[in-house]
Amino acid sequence: MRNLLPVLTVALALIAAWYVAVVPMNAQWERDQAARAGTELAFGDLVARTMAQDRPRLPAPHQVVAELWESTWVEERHGRRGWWNTGSLSNRSLVWHGWVTLSATMLGFLIGTGLGVLLAIGIVYNRAMDASVMPWAIASQTIPIIALAPMIIVVLNSVGITGLIPKSIIAAYLSFFPVVVGMVKGLRAPDAMQLDQMKTWNASGVQGFLKLRLPSSMPYFFASMKIGIAAALVGTIVGELPVQQGGLGVRLLSGSYYGQTVQIWAALFGAAILAAVLVGIIGWVQRTTLKRMGLAQ
Amino acid sequence: MRDASLVPVIAAQGLGLTFRTADGPVHALKDIDLTIHKGEFVSFIGPSGCGKTTFLRVIADLEAPTEGTITVNGMSPGDARRARAYGYVFQAAGLYPWRTIEGNVKLPLEIMGYSRAERAERARRVLELVELTGFEKKFPWQLSGGMQQRASIARALAFDADILLMDEPFGALDEIVRDRLNEELLKLWARTEKTIGFVTHSIPEAVYLSTKIVVMSPRPGRITDVIDSPLPRERPLDIRDSREFIDIAHRVREGLRAGHVDD
Repeated sequence: MRNLLPVLTVALALIAAWYVAVVPMNAQWERDQAARAGTELAFGDLVARTMAQDRPRLPAPHQVVAELWESTWVEERHGRRGWWNTGSLSNRSLVWHGWVTLSATMLGFLIGTGLGVLLAIGIVYNRAMDASVMPWAIASQTIPIIALAPMIIVVLNSVGITGLIPKSIIAAYLSFFPVVVGMVKGLRAPDAMQLDQMKTWNASGVQGFLKLRLPSSMPYFFASMKIGIAAALVGTIVGELPVQQGGLGVRLLSGSYYGQTVQIWAALFGAAILAAVLVGIIGWVQRTTLKRMGLAQ
Repeated sequence: MRDASLVPVIAAQGLGLTFRTADGPVHALKDIDLTIHKGEFVSFIGPSGCGKTTFLRVIADLEAPTEGTITVNGMSPGDARRARAYGYVFQAAGLYPWRTIEGNVKLPLEIMGYSRAERAERARRVLELVELTGFEKKFPWQLSGGMQQRASIARALAFDADILLMDEPFGALDEIVRDRLNEELLKLWARTEKTIGFVTHSIPEAVYLSTKIVVMSPRPGRITDVIDSPLPRERPLDIRDSREFIDIAHRVREGLRAGHVDD
C-alpha cells in the first residue's frame, strides 16, 4: 500500500497529459466543421467538442471509460443479446471477447510453461540438448510473430485443427521462451557445494532434482511465468487477428477497419487490465508459495 | 578386535592427485601416507593450496586420486560413500532456505529412506546433541551463523555414519563463537565416539581439538609432520595455557614454517 501514492500520482499525470493531447489531436476536424458551417468557434467550445467526438483521432479518457462500461455491464445487463436477457454472454460485449482471449491465453500459457519446463530440464540434464536447444529457442523468438501467426493458423487449419488450439499454440510459442531461460537458470542455481552435499548422501538423480534443483528454481520459475503469461496474451491477440472468431484482437482489428477509435482504445485497455490481473494473480501465488517455502522473509 | 584404537578407518598409501589444468599439471597431493584409526580426532592444517581440503574430498569420494591407494572402512572411497560411511560438514552451513532447521536435518534421512517416525526421532536427538532444541521450526535465516553451522553438524550426525569429515566448519565464525563450538564439538566427539577428520588453518583450533595433527605444505601438497597429541581426551578450554599445549602449538608452527617456501 505504501506505493499507492506514487502510482496514483503517475497515473494522474498520464491522464492529465492525455487530456491535454486530445485537444490538438482532434481540433483540426472541429475547425473544418466550423469553417464549413461558416461559424466562429470559441476556444472553450473547441475544447469541449474535441472531447466528445464520435470518431476522434484520440479519444478522451472518459470516452474510453464510458465505452468500457457500455460494452461490459450495460451490454450484458440491458443488451438484447446480453447475459441478463439470454443467459449467455453477448458477442458484442468485451466480457465475451475478453473470455475468448483469456481461455486461449490460459491454454497457451499452460502448454508454453509445460514445454518450457521440460526443455529446461532437458537442457540441464542432457549435454546434447544443452549444446543444441538454446540457439533454436532464441532463433524462434527473432521471427516476428505477426508473420508467423497466419502460417500456423493456415497449416493447422489444413489438418483440421481450428478454434482454440491454433491461437493457444501461438500463445505457447511466445510464452515458452521466458520459462526456458528462467528455469535453466533456476535449475542451475544450486552451487557446487550443494551438489557435492547431495553426492555425500549418495542421493539419486531424481532426489537431487526434487529436493534441491526444483525448490531452488522456484523464485526463477515465478519470475519467468509473469513474463510468460503476458507474452501468451500478446500471442493470443495476434493469433486472433487472422482467425476472426472473437477475442480482443478481433475487437482491435474491427475497430480499426471501421475507424472506431474509442472501441480500439477500450479493447486495448481491456487487454491491459486482463494482463494486469493475470500477472497480479501469479504475483499473489508467488508471494504465498515463497512465503510458505520460507524464501520470502 | 583387540583394541578399538588400532582399527584403521582411513588408510592412504602413496596417494597422489594431479589436476590437469590449462597451465599444466597441478600436484594437489603427493606421496600421502597416513592411517587414521577408529575414534581419532585428526586435524589437517596447512596454508591454502596444501591439499588439506583435497585430501578430505578424496576420502569422501568427491575427488578421485591419480596415484596410490586409499581405503575407507576397508573399502574404496566410492563404496564407502555409497554405504553412507561418513557425514560431511562443509565450510558454509549450506542449509536449504526453504526448509526449517528440522526439515534440513531430516533431508539426508529422507534421501536414505528412513521412516517418518525414525526421521522425527533422529532429528530430535541430534538437535538436542547440538543444543538447538526449540529451534526446530525456525528457518535458517532466523538463526545466527554459529547456530546454522551447528544445525549443519546435526545434519551430518543424523544418520549412522561413524566418520565425520569437517572442512573448516568454523572458518567463517568469530573467535568467541568458534571457541564455544570447539568445546561443544569435543563433547560431541566424546559422546558419539566417531572418527573425525577436521580441516583448519588455525593452530590453536587444531591443537585444542585433535588427538593427531597432520601438518601439510603446498606445491606439491604433502605431509610434513604428523603429531600425536599427548593431551588428555578431556580438555577444558584453559588447557590452552598449559605447557604441553604451547609445546605442541610450537611444533605445529615449526612444521608449517619448514614446509613454507617463499616464491
